[in-house]
Amino acid sequence: MALEVQGLTAGYGPVTVLRGLGFRAEAGRITCLMGRNGVGKSTFLKALMGLIPVGTGTITLDGVALQGLPAHQVPKRGLAYVPQGRRLFGPLTVAENLAVGGLVRGNDPAVLERVLDLFPRLRDRLAQVAGTLSGGEQQMLAIARALCLEPKVLLLDEPTEGLQPSIIALIQEAVVVLKGQGVAVVLVEQRVDAVLRLADRVAFMVAGRVEEVRDTRGLAADDPAFRTYVGV
Amino acid sequence: MAFGPFLLLALMEGLVTAAVLALAAAGLSLVFGVMRVVNVAHGEFYMLGAVLAWAVTGMIPGPAALTFLAALIIAPVLVAALAAVADGLILKRLNYDPEATIVATIGLLYILQQAALSLYGPNANPVPAPFEWRIQLPWFGYSGYKLFVVLAALAVLLALWTFLSRTRAGLIMRATQVDRMTAQAFGINVDRVYMGTFALGAGLAALAGVLVVPIQQAQYLMGHDPLLLSFIVVIIGGLGSLRGTLVAAVVIGLSDGVISMFFSPTLAKILATLLVAMVLVLRPQGLFGARA
Ligand SMILES: Nc1ncnc2c1ncn2[C@@H]1O[C@H](COP(=O)(O)OP(=O)(O)OP(=O)(O)O)[C@@H](O)[C@H]1O
Ligand SMILES: [Mg+2]
Repeated sequence: MALEVQGLTAGYGPVTVLRGLGFRAEAGRITCLMGRNGVGKSTFLKALMGLIPVGTGTITLDGVALQGLPAHQVPKRGLAYVPQGRRLFGPLTVAENLAVGGLVRGNDPAVLERVLDLFPRLRDRLAQVAGTLSGGEQQMLAIARALCLEPKVLLLDEPTEGLQPSIIALIQEAVVVLKGQGVAVVLVEQRVDAVLRLADRVAFMVAGRVEEVRDTRGLAADDPAFRTYVGV
Repeated sequence: MAFGPFLLLALMEGLVTAAVLALAAAGLSLVFGVMRVVNVAHGEFYMLGAVLAWAVTGMIPGPAALTFLAALIIAPVLVAALAAVADGLILKRLNYDPEATIVATIGLLYILQQAALSLYGPNANPVPAPFEWRIQLPWFGYSGYKLFVVLAALAVLLALWTFLSRTRAGLIMRATQVDRMTAQAFGINVDRVYMGTFALGAGLAALAGVLVVPIQQAQYLMGHDPLLLSFIVVIIGGLGSLRGTLVAAVVIGLSDGVISMFFSPTLAKILATLLVAMVLVLRPQGLFGARA
């Protein structure tokens, strides 16, 4: 099982951001996306979800084309999205946010149980309004909401941005569990140590395309790739 | 009549106004909340409800209670269907742009109004109340139908609240209201939600129109006042807050009843408009609205 992208162009109105992007993510693997601010990492995830129109290129999941589908049909194909900045349904409760996540799967209670087992802290807060959760709890909810979809491919856009180390560890553990369950994880991550710990492969982006893909085995923290593509 | 009973009568009249207003304003608020569309044609859906109630009760033979019940169901459904068509034909093509849709719904207002004038005519026509019993109070008799209007509006608002807070479709609407893009990412067909919301909003206005028509005859220009008052209620109550809409409708309805009876209807409208201005200056999000 794999998500495969070839020659993708996309942008906002007249502005082209992605310029012939190629990418591949496999089941049971964590593929990280790295690149400087503004290279188009978030734009790429939005294009995958059908949230912005794509120009040319193909997106396939197990050989089935996804490009050009109306956005609301993409999650039915098995893609789930944790946007940058979380974008929870703030006035809705935790339970309601999770219910929105489970819409395309008919809100199977067994799925919800599994998700809550992964993030037990949410279990005590089901009736709480999402906007009043702490930052860490909000991020857990954003991931849990996506998991209610039982995705084949999980897209995570900087899920640990601005969180304290203990919460980051918790979220990283969850991501590793998902990998073990055979989910293809696409993770936008800016911190080298996190990438080296979690990822199987790193795709480095420059100006709207993937410039280089590296296996993390044999990749060291002081590898010049990080300096070249991320500037750290 | 002594002052006490006179005040009671004014309050009861005000409550009827409030009930009808709450229904119409809830529709307007829902459409703005979910779609960010200021529907200037909202009052015309109310008018169409009244006019269709006249048509339905005239066409179907049978006792008044039965034909009125038919109108209570058929008219809102027809108006909702018309609104769904208008959504697909007009609003969707404008991409729900907040400014363009204001202009477009102004156009829709005139189209619906002139269509009613051509097909229905300029006359006001009465629709008989479904039942004629009166409540005899010690000081005056009061129309049982008016009391029914208040109860019916309450029941519908309760049903609407239950729908929004307890059902899957309501959850989908609320999620879309908060964040349209993220809603799509979770499989919500936003176009369908918008069409349904616009239809529901129009249906609520039409229902208000049907309920009012045994009290106030059906006429093609009758949509103006409810449009203005609905806007007033929605601004005071706070957009997207059903509770705020209800409270504001009661405040406006009761004060309208009392001030109209003791002073003049014009003064009632002036004070309502003044209240809106004060709310806009002191609490722009409305009494119950969330801060933007
Ligand atoms: N809604 C939008 N409309 C127009 N341009 C946009 C929009 N969103 C992003 N862009 C532009 O697209 C480019 C890529 O943005 P994107 O958010 O994909 O970058 P990123 O790699 O995710 O950056 P960061 O690391 O800061 O999150 C930027 O130049 C940005 O200004
Ligand atoms: Mg980004």
